[in-house]
Amino acid sequence: MQYILDNPDRVWQLTLDHMILVGLAILIASAVGIPLGILISRVSWLALPVLNISGILYTVPSLAFFAILIPYTGLGKTTATTALAVYSLLAIVRNTAAGMDEVPRPTIDAARGMGMTGLQRLRFVELPLALPFILAGIRISTVAAIGIAVIAAVVGAGGLGRLVFDGMRTLDSNVIIAGAFMSILLALLADFGLSRLALLLRPDMRASVERG
Amino acid sequence: MFGAQSDPLDFIDYIRDNPDTFWGYFYEHVELVGYAVLIAILIAVPLAILISRVAFLEKPMTWIANIGQAIPSLAVLALAIPWLGIGFKPSLFALTILAVLPIFLNTFVGITSADPAVVDAAKGMGSSDVQLLRMVQMPLAMPFMFAGIQTAVVQSIGLATLAAYIGGGGFGNWILQGLAVLNFPILLAGAVPVAVMAMTAELVLGGVRRMVVPKGLTV
Repeated sequence: MQYILDNPDRVWQLTLDHMILVGLAILIASAVGIPLGILISRVSWLALPVLNISGILYTVPSLAFFAILIPYTGLGKTTATTALAVYSLLAIVRNTAAGMDEVPRPTIDAARGMGMTGLQRLRFVELPLALPFILAGIRISTVAAIGIAVIAAVVGAGGLGRLVFDGMRTLDSNVIIAGAFMSILLALLADFGLSRLALLLRPDMRASVERG
Repeated sequence: MFGAQSDPLDFIDYIRDNPDTFWGYFYEHVELVGYAVLIAILIAVPLAILISRVAFLEKPMTWIANIGQAIPSLAVLALAIPWLGIGFKPSLFALTILAVLPIFLNTFVGITSADPAVVDAAKGMGSSDVQLLRMVQMPLAMPFMFAGIQTAVVQSIGLATLAAYIGGGGFGNWILQGLAVLNFPILLAGAVPVAVMAMTAELVLGGVRRMVVPKGLTV
């Protein structure tokens, strides 16, 4: 704790790096994962292979994942962002598909009966109803990615992991704790903030927000 | 990047040239994961049973789960150094702590999420608390517990890789060595086996879970 008070600028800079790293990865994962989730809820035979593959990729240990990417993407932020985005994919795809599947059949039929096209149904009916699930997926991914990003410092991606590695090298537990503390704080804030956002957008769906 | 240095599959030759090191690392890796998960089961399952008996602890457990998930695993390993030094023991300690959480939480959720009607029926038939636990709640919690153990094993394989940082051995050694000198064959000789181990564990344990757990109880 003392370390954070003594070096506010450095800690803040690393925290910011950490947020940018995770934010970018989540953005990429959402841009790929949400359409993919919608796709597999439409084309049912795709669901199993897509979920299985992202599930298997999720099990690859992060250090190994970074290592396997290094020959292609080098040391630095690209490698870290790619791995984090792949890890984040699973929860986002799974939750988007689950959210789309939860939309009641009669609601879709009603929209169709009103003469909505497929795109209009998606835009005005299905996506709004699936939103709490999608946001829950993003929240779960974000919390996990904040923790995994700590390891990304090993491939030179910066962020709070720098503090943990510095502390490990110099056997200074204060520095390690400073890094861990900020990372936990960031994860809890993201968890809280994203669940608030879900409630704000869909106050009527408190139950599924909390369940997701 | 490969072009300048080597072929991406060169790591296979590297493993073939160093079979003793390979099997040594493999053994260290399995040993670390095996002990950590075994000890974690012995701690987590009784703890989950105990805490499931105390109704008012349910809410705090969800907070602990949230915070627990937010703790970066690397930090737990790192913090083991100042207290326990470097080597197998601090690695095992950190891995065990981190493996307790998924097993504990899953078992706890499994026990407490048993259908209240079923629990009431068992009580109505005159089951004692021990009978209720042994014959109703634990069998219903089985699939959850299995899922928790599966998560713990896969997670531990990853953490055991990081344990190389604190002298815990295993395939992480090759990854760190490869990173230090930016030698891709050595890097991949560590990374690929670990990735394969984790994927295999996930698939095999998933298969075992489907075989052992009755269809009606699958999570």
